[in-house]
Amino acid sequence: MIRWLVGLIGLGLAATSALAADPVMIGVGYLGIAGTRSTLSLVEQPAENDGVAGARLAIDDNNTTGKFLGQRFALEERRIKEGEDAVQAATDLATRNGFIIADLPADALLKVADALRERGTLLFNAGAIDERLREADCRANVIHTAPTRAMLADALGQYLVWKQWKRWLLVVGSHDEDRLFADALRRTATRFGAKIVQERSFEDKGGARRTDSGVTLIQRQMPVFTQQAPAYDVLVAADESEVFGAYLPYRTWDPRPVAGSAGLVPRSWDAAQDQWGAIQMQNRFVKLNARRMTALDMQAWTAVRMIGEATSRTNSGDIKKVTDFIKGPEFSVAAFKGTKLTLRDWNLQLRQPILLVDGRMVVSVSPQEGFLHQVSELDTLGYDRPESKCKLK
Amino acid sequence: MRTWTLRAWRVGLLSGLALAAAPAHAFIAYVSNEKSNTVSVIDTESWTVTKTIKVGQRPRGIDFTRDGKFVMVAVGDDDTIQMIDAKTQSVVDSLPSGPDPELFAQDAAGKILYVANENDNTVTVIDLEKRARLGDIQVGVEPEGMTISPDGKTLINTSETTNMAHFIDTSSRQIVANVLVDARPRFAEFKHDASELWVSSEIGGTVSIIDPGKHEVTGKINFEIPGLRKEAIQPVGIGMTRDDKTAFIALGPANRIAVVDVATRKVTKYLLVGQRVWHMAFTPDEKFLLTTNGVSNDVSVIDVAAQKVIKTIQVGELPWGITIAP
Repeated sequence: MIRWLVGLIGLGLAATSALAADPVMIGVGYLGIAGTRSTLSLVEQPAENDGVAGARLAIDDNNTTGKFLGQRFALEERRIKEGEDAVQAATDLATRNGFIIADLPADALLKVADALRERGTLLFNAGAIDERLREADCRANVIHTAPTRAMLADALGQYLVWKQWKRWLLVVGSHDEDRLFADALRRTATRFGAKIVQERSFEDKGGARRTDSGVTLIQRQMPVFTQQAPAYDVLVAADESEVFGAYLPYRTWDPRPVAGSAGLVPRSWDAAQDQWGAIQMQNRFVKLNARRMTALDMQAWTAVRMIGEATSRTNSGDIKKVTDFIKGPEFSVAAFKGTKLTLRDWNLQLRQPILLVDGRMVVSVSPQEGFLHQVSELDTLGYDRPESKCKLK
Repeated sequence: MRTWTLRAWRVGLLSGLALAAAPAHAFIAYVSNEKSNTVSVIDTESWTVTKTIKVGQRPRGIDFTRDGKFVMVAVGDDDTIQMIDAKTQSVVDSLPSGPDPELFAQDAAGKILYVANENDNTVTVIDLEKRARLGDIQVGVEPEGMTISPDGKTLINTSETTNMAHFIDTSSRQIVANVLVDARPRFAEFKHDASELWVSSEIGGTVSIIDPGKHEVTGKINFEIPGLRKEAIQPVGIGMTRDDKTAFIALGPANRIAVVDVATRKVTKYLLVGQRVWHMAFTPDEKFLLTTNGVSNDVSVIDVAAQKVIKTIQVGELPWGITIAP
């Protein structure tokens, strides 16, 4: 009896898939840089497949849905090495894929966007958090699933202000992106009424991130570096380059918490996020990739899911139709963050809650209660429509 | 029986409750507490928790067997459905569900149980008498909502990331239709006359009304609450009165139950309940509707006729599902 029933179920499956005999093929390209950057914490060292692993999971998710609609998704990955031309790689990918998920530096992304404009390829910026890509350098064929520095800084700032930690000691690294994050943090402090009591800069003098007697030296350096500061509540570090941030917690001269690039960190996603049904996706991700899910994985997952959401709503694989729907007012996507995510129509940035994480737990999720907005509370994070310099073209 | 009624009447008088609505019968409600790993037992005569039963990890979906002898509770993190003996009020057995069961539905005879397994995109079919697994049906990503049509011929499953209501023929166990709804569909409920299927979309913020014959969305219910941001309106549980005239829809973090006139599909009232309201159950006499309020750790009691919240009962942490003895 049991075997007979199981047989019937198997038969049912065959019949269903037979319905989708000639599925519509939807090609998605993934363009990234070969190799990984070095982090201070060995635990945070990105995997070789950071980002694309999220895209792969979303392709699987889209295909589960796609089998009911006669749609089939495929991912083509391309990694460029140093000195290789991003435009050439992107153009090649675009001959087979109408959509490309990009994890590229801002300059390379802009070149690719301009090169593919005529072709109608839709790009998703999953990696670059630079403000200028959504402001003066925004493009009509680039959708941003990565948050911006200002969104991350505002998310952190709202929480620190809510916590009444309003006096910040800002420590800034010596690289360009550190300075950009510091700019965002200064803007946040002004917006939300925090005070930067002093700024210090931490010079990158080179040196290895992995050493045999590192702890001893760091333990001597960090207290000295942070001594004689004016009274402050929290040390905020701007160190995207991974030079000193992670050395600060528990080593400051005064016993103060650390936030920013270390300690309490704002991120689009974290392996510890388990609310709003996220546990199911975290489990799927670990099963598929044998590691935990990062923010970059999530940003790529969201991009591929946006494509899947639009192809199922429009019941079409047509690039123009899908692109128009994603950019249109009806579009939204669910991404396990407790609220629907929509696009800012003035610069194609995905609105999203930002998690504040400490490496083990999700401490809070911004926007914080009480930060109000006439359109969407998510627009209290980052540059808002009236201040935007973006003119989409 | 007479002494029992008399006592009920007296208790009612003492509490002042009876003046509004005298409980003709006392019922027993079972509430699953997602975080405490317990089930709270509520007596609807005294409106108090009479017992707290320890169950497996992360209890959510909960329902009585048709014969009223057992309460089935899906304990997702233990990958099983536990059976609580309604007489002894303790766990006596478990069912071979698939991984991470959340919600389930049973056929009219109470012989076959269909379980949504969130972790592996399947609906598991279980023989309730033999307590044996019969097989799986492949559905969309993160299956959740489950219900069976009044004629027993169609099983509905909603999948949260695929955003569909899957129509499954219960005899052949194949999917016969897929209907797209708004984002994160969580719960499905038929009108008793089978003319409409209502599906709530938590992230979409709507309830889709589907023509089950044509497999088409024929209308959508939207919610607007002055002073509340739209993102906070996240419909989950749906309850419909037996005469199909009134529907109650739980709106999650909006902390309200929407009262909907089924004929016109218009919201007539919003009832303020506890925080993050998930699911609900009517008492069999349909005088009361009990809702589980996740964040405030309580159950609200709604007087159905008066459409008023009359009582709040503290239960365990993160109450999720609720079922009431037939």
